[in-house]
Amino acid sequence: MVALATAFKPAATGASLEVKDVSHAFDIDGNVLPVLDNVSISVAPGEFVALLGPSGCGKSTLLRLVAGLEPPRAGALEEDGVAITGPYPSRVVVFQDPTLFPWRTVWDNVALGLEAQGVLKTQRHRVDAAIDLVGLGAFKKAYPHQLSGGMAQRVALARALVNDPRILVLDEPLGKLDSLTRITMQAELVSLWQRNGFTALLVTHDVEEALFLANRVIVFSDRPARVTADITVDRPYPRHRGDPHLAELRRQILGLLGLDATW
Amino acid sequence: MSLQSTMDDTSNRVQLVPAAETPVPAVGKRGQGMQRARAVVLALIVPVCLMVIWDVMVRWTGTRLVPSPYGVAVMMWDFAFGGIYDDAYSASLPIHFWKSVQRVYGGFLCAATIGIPLGLMIGRMPLLRKLLDPTLSLLRPIPVTAWLPLSMIFFGLGPRAAIFLVFLGAFFPILLNTVFGVRSVDIRLFEAAEMLGCSGAQQFRSVVLPAALPSIFNGLRLGAGFAWILIVVGEMTGVPEGLGAVIMDGRTLSRTDLVITGMIIIGVTGFVSDRILLMLSNYFLRWSPQHHA
Repeated sequence: MVALATAFKPAATGASLEVKDVSHAFDIDGNVLPVLDNVSISVAPGEFVALLGPSGCGKSTLLRLVAGLEPPRAGALEEDGVAITGPYPSRVVVFQDPTLFPWRTVWDNVALGLEAQGVLKTQRHRVDAAIDLVGLGAFKKAYPHQLSGGMAQRVALARALVNDPRILVLDEPLGKLDSLTRITMQAELVSLWQRNGFTALLVTHDVEEALFLANRVIVFSDRPARVTADITVDRPYPRHRGDPHLAELRRQILGLLGLDATW
Repeated sequence: MSLQSTMDDTSNRVQLVPAAETPVPAVGKRGQGMQRARAVVLALIVPVCLMVIWDVMVRWTGTRLVPSPYGVAVMMWDFAFGGIYDDAYSASLPIHFWKSVQRVYGGFLCAATIGIPLGLMIGRMPLLRKLLDPTLSLLRPIPVTAWLPLSMIFFGLGPRAAIFLVFLGAFFPILLNTVFGVRSVDIRLFEAAEMLGCSGAQQFRSVVLPAALPSIFNGLRLGAGFAWILIVVGEMTGVPEGLGAVIMDGRTLSRTDLVITGMIIIGVTGFVSDRILLMLSNYFLRWSPQHHA
């Protein structure tokens, strides 16, 4: 996979992301349920930021705002200083479920972004390169129902990467995978990010995953989500899961999340 | 690596390796042939039994009102090729059949060409839904046969009234199933398409239409069934040719063998046209494992 990746040349590098005083709420059955409370985050171009927090705290909502799928109730979001007003292929989200189009083959799923931009005819090689990049070259003609969960998630990743995203938004993309596939894909994500230079924003509930992947870990409070800690993970890649510095950070973060980890 | 994840690794390894990288194996060709033959035999058991019971009942009661299967078979031969009774119906099957098929498929295709695009739009555009849904819900419960007098006033005595009835009968199942199909698409698929820059007309073509296709085919099959039901009613309106007209004539002339012949031909044609739709459905829905009937 690493050898194939050299054929995949990104056209753009990472964008910066500004989340400025964003608050958001949902109306549920007539009641207003606040989910984000005055959240401000600044992400530098090419940075890998992980968002950690208790389950249901509003992390995923923040990603939907970054993707432009919903406008925030208050505050503003900017990509490279330009306000985010709607979904755009430079900010693709990879969800926990791969949300592939079941009527399209692997190749056609990955090709949709280029097809929508009207450049597919001249850029077919980019689709092949993206599929090879996630190691599914032999499954180009397979339909989503023929794939395992890990393979489907890789197709979703390829479908995002083919657009040369400037911000890759990852919403627990490995959450439903078995731990063996998850560990493999974590290492793949790191090398993809290092090679392509995009900015990455990852929501996860797995502290170890956040520490293995990210430059920075931002910890959220319970709902409504507020930023409670912004921790820089100053370790070189590839990281080792047994690194004592990471273990210490893990203990700290678990403490912030209200868990007293003794091992 | 923590103790927890080490344990997960070993417990998952056994199922992960074979499950992850092999696609579903196809059934062998010989096995498929055997299964098909079995399906044909199973499907024939009930019709053959019904024929035997029919024959026994006619002989046993000695009725003259209902012909035996043999009598119907003779009639059918004469209707198709002539040379037995040499009356007004001998060898007239092709013309009656052709007229009915034209009307059924004319009305059905009109219903599909209006019903599918309209259904896609109603399903996806809230404004259009609010505009049209109440009216359509009001028209839907009216039995299509109740339109017969009005359709004769609108279109006169003749085939166009029949086509209109067939159209009405096929239109609602096609429309409603299309709307239902669009409405039941996972909203996240639309979001995924929007994030990839796929919107407007292209989203209709690339997401809305294929996602609604399973439901559209259900609607088409239901609609085609109604179309064949309504052709008999439609052809009661003083049309000289058509299978419905033949059945009505048979009734007035007390030629029950002719009536049953017409019924069987309509049944078989309806069956064949459903199978054609099913083949199309299997082809267009080959991506969906649960739609291979």
